[in-house]
Amino acid sequence: SFTTHCEIRTYHRMCGMQFMLLFSRQGKLRLQKWYVPLSDKEKKKITRELVQTVLARKPKMCSFLEWRDLKIVYKRYASLYFCCAIEDQDNELITLEIIHRYVELLDKYFGSVCELDIIFNFEKAYFILDEFLLGGEAQETSKKNVLKAIEQADLLQEVSHVKNCE
Amino acid sequence: MPAVSKGDGMRGLAVFISDIRNCKSKEAEIKRINKELANIRSKFKGDKALDGYSKKKYVCKLLFIFLLGHDIDFGHMEAVNLLSSNKYTEKQIGYLFISVLVNSNSDLIRLINNAIKNDLNSRNPTFMNLALHCIANVGSREMAEAFASEIPRILVAGDTMDSVKQSAALCLLRLNRTSPDLVPMGEWTARVVHLLNDQHLGVVTAATSLITTLAQKSPDDFKTSISLAVARLSRIVTSACIDLQDYTYYFVAAPWLSVKLLRLLQCYPPPEDAALRSRLTECLETILNKAQEPPKSKKVQHSNAKNAVLFEAISLIIHHDSEPTLLVRACNQLGQFLQHRETNLRYLALESMCTLASSEFSHEAVKTHIETVINALKTERDVSVRQRAVDLLYAMCDRSNAKQIVAEMLSYLETADYSIREEIVLKVAILAEKYAVDYTWYVDTILNLIRIAGDYVSEEVWYRVIQIVINRDDVQGYAAKTVFEALHAPACHENLVKVGGYILGEFGNLIAGDSRSSPLVQFNLLHSKFHLCSVPTRALLLSAYIKFINLFPEVKATIQDVLRSDSQLRNADVELQQRAVEYLRLSCIASTDILATVLEEMPPFPERESSILAKLKKKKGPGNLPDIDDSRRNVNGNTEHHEPTETTNKSPPSLMADLLPTNRPRPASSSPIMLSAGTMGSSHPFTDLLNLNSPPAAAPSLLVDVFSDLSAPASVEVSEDNFSRFVCKNNGVLYENQLLQIGLKSEYRQNLGRMYVFYGNKTSTQFLSFSSSVTNGDALKGQLIVHAKSVDPVIDGGAQVQQILNMECVSDFTDAPVLNIQFRYGGALQNIAVKLPVMLNKFFQPTEMTSQDFFQRWKQLGAPQQEVQKIFKSQHPMDTDVTKAKILGFGVALLDGVDPNPANFVGAGVIHTKDTQVGCLLRLEPNTQAEMYRLTLRTSRDSVSQRLCDLLSEQF
Repeated sequence: SFTTHCEIRTYHRMCGMQFMLLFSRQGKLRLQKWYVPLSDKEKKKITRELVQTVLARKPKMCSFLEWRDLKIVYKRYASLYFCCAIEDQDNELITLEIIHRYVELLDKYFGSVCELDIIFNFEKAYFILDEFLLGGEAQETSKKNVLKAIEQADLLQEVSHVKNCE
Repeated sequence: MPAVSKGDGMRGLAVFISDIRNCKSKEAEIKRINKELANIRSKFKGDKALDGYSKKKYVCKLLFIFLLGHDIDFGHMEAVNLLSSNKYTEKQIGYLFISVLVNSNSDLIRLINNAIKNDLNSRNPTFMNLALHCIANVGSREMAEAFASEIPRILVAGDTMDSVKQSAALCLLRLNRTSPDLVPMGEWTARVVHLLNDQHLGVVTAATSLITTLAQKSPDDFKTSISLAVARLSRIVTSACIDLQDYTYYFVAAPWLSVKLLRLLQCYPPPEDAALRSRLTECLETILNKAQEPPKSKKVQHSNAKNAVLFEAISLIIHHDSEPTLLVRACNQLGQFLQHRETNLRYLALESMCTLASSEFSHEAVKTHIETVINALKTERDVSVRQRAVDLLYAMCDRSNAKQIVAEMLSYLETADYSIREEIVLKVAILAEKYAVDYTWYVDTILNLIRIAGDYVSEEVWYRVIQIVINRDDVQGYAAKTVFEALHAPACHENLVKVGGYILGEFGNLIAGDSRSSPLVQFNLLHSKFHLCSVPTRALLLSAYIKFINLFPEVKATIQDVLRSDSQLRNADVELQQRAVEYLRLSCIASTDILATVLEEMPPFPERESSILAKLKKKKGPGNLPDIDDSRRNVNGNTEHHEPTETTNKSPPSLMADLLPTNRPRPASSSPIMLSAGTMGSSHPFTDLLNLNSPPAAAPSLLVDVFSDLSAPASVEVSEDNFSRFVCKNNGVLYENQLLQIGLKSEYRQNLGRMYVFYGNKTSTQFLSFSSSVTNGDALKGQLIVHAKSVDPVIDGGAQVQQILNMECVSDFTDAPVLNIQFRYGGALQNIAVKLPVMLNKFFQPTEMTSQDFFQRWKQLGAPQQEVQKIFKSQHPMDTDVTKAKILGFGVALLDGVDPNPANFVGAGVIHTKDTQVGCLLRLEPNTQAEMYRLTLRTSRDSVSQRLCDLLSEQF
């Protein structure tokens, strides 16, 4: 645990959001996005610890907790937990709304999104996230603009798909 | 199967995911995955060239398998191939795979960078964005090297699309975080700042993040961003919420951008320009006002977004710490949140108030909420909120409310969550010490801590109370009386026994006048706990007993009986047995004067930063601990008990060696003497107490060790000035220069030894990159094994750290190991090498024998090569007692009545090595008139005889 701790600390002062995890009530990881370089082993360790910590919390508890020297901001939507790690100076409430905006984007794109959509279209979930957040910072906060970018990409896919079937 | 499958669905992938989901067990899942991996591998290796779609599908399956938590060791090449596909969908999957699974495989990185370069130059904004996202996601050094100069150009070019600018800005931000040295600053910086004026709010949002990161690194280069940021912020906070269209979030105008702008302004002090400054103040007032307006929506998103901006504004107000009215207003608005129905807001209000408490302008305003915060401590259901309440109480504590806060924390401690008990204990201990007006309150508080939460009272805490009692003679009598009373509790905590044992051992005499606490009563009370305690505590109690023998001659016989009992003298624990044997012996042979010297009261501890505070800082991380030591202390005048600091700071850093009577071969007062290798360690309270302030050794720095091994022995002259002084003693100062003092304390048992090396920083500046290692010359390598434990790389000014060396004597030896020390002092690298006084005679065990036995063996060792004799002139006055002490210190038993001439000295002992034992007899004949000695050594090995003769003959 000492090395992991150190490794995260190194980036401590440098980065806004360190990572975002989506996991189910059963503890299954559905999406992981890391904005700091960590080894696979450490990522697994962090995920395991954090999933356990968050799942152990009761419904009415507050959405923030201190974990190692990071702040964890999480919120549950239906069967999915959205969980972000931010650094000490970062704004918890705005992070909570980053989560909400991402959920809105998924919802709009898939049309009333559910866990299965994210399982079967995991690549789409990543693409949408990249349009919205880059390097751990909000890139485009307008819902309209993000969806426009994704739809344009889908259009390109349709075209190539049609070609592919010909 | 999901109902929605937008865009280009990959049927094979969906089937595979369904299969995995239908697996009933982990084993079935692994089986299915292995089958799929084999299938993909054969497709990739097959003769038939795969079309782009299949390649994409298989790469996507591999990605899915990886995200499930399995290792993937192939497919990278196929993913890289996809990058250069001109079909967007294939390229996109290729980039996703690379982003998630890239490893610094050099061949691939070159290919990936090539593909990225092509896309960046394609002038196709969608392709450019994919490439930029990939760089931002991977952020490796190789990519920084390849693109760090290209991206700024894209960012500021006039014809770049807005969405590409946004990606480029954050891409540059990421590269700047991972490889700041590779991101060149240049003429583009001014143009980046002007992105704050961009019409597109998305571009402004991304650019603000980038500028904040860059401004943290070089604030001067981005100073012009202050006025632009204030102007932008002002326009946002005064806009009607529909003005910003899609950037309005639940009736809040551009909350993300507002937060980022406020964050950027926290890189700078308040603006110097008066107009700008008042415009910013207006903005902040507007934000505070808006937060008070009735909500425009009942949705939690509205309240969160609005308050996110409010909290960031308050952070800026605290950061500036210059507008008393704003600070007090902020505090009052946060005060309303303290009782808000939203748990999140209560949490954040408590957190934010912690920082407000450290400002002299708002400290008093924060204090007015004390009752609410105490109430939160008692009623909050969420432990993380209660934790914040504890933090806030700690931060708002000063002399005026310390007693109330400490009392509340103590009462909360009785029911507190286990997870935060230790931290509360530390905080109470610090506050009690810091704000103690009279030290009786302090002692009471710490004893209460031990009573309520004994298990959570760490060594630092009870060490500290002992340090303070020893350093303050006005509280010693009270402490003795109080621990004496506390020890009467039927189930008192072991930590109390430790404190009680130590304090009564030192100051029991102060209460011995009262017949209810007579020496015998004190001893019986302590001893009644003895059998319930762990070994380290028992060891401490034994030391307290020997101190009692000195303090109270009238209980000497009682204590000797206890020490003499089989349960002590034959205790299975070597450490306890050792103490019992030696303390008993000491009490029998030493005169009252010697006892009084050896067992005298502990000298005052050098006063440094409280070790508890250090521990709390370590626990919380330096940034997270509200500093109760800052400027406001002067405002409230809370510097009362620093008087002992000043008196003790005058003395030089006290080394172990100074604290111990080093001229005696075996100082019994405060150190367990001969310890077996297995039981030695940090479990010795008395030894540790002398070293309270040294932080625990950190993991060794590999790099430093490598360098010291390489460079130190070659370039530095080895100091051996004090080497011969240690032939007949084990403790003392080995080396000293203007910066550093090295003290030693060593213990040997048979062929094993342990040396405690104490490095004292004599300066007021930190030593950095401190390392020390031991090297053995070639000849010594197989003969003596020295294992050096790691030592903390930083030694604070005036501080001392300890290093432990474990030694094993394999066979007899002549050379000595060298201690190599390296550290940085004020930028200069210091190299010191000292010959370490480990000599063959250290592994002596004395042997008692009769005159008859002696002469019989003497004759047996009569072969010419077995005897070494030396006749030499006396270097010191020829004093019989001194000579006796030296021979004893040399390690042999002194045999009386063996030599017919009573002026001669005869000794015997056995040298223990791993390979063998070497019996050894010696005879020293002084000739006082000629001021000469004749020394004769006989052992079964000529090399041993020679070495011992050389060593001892230097001593007289």
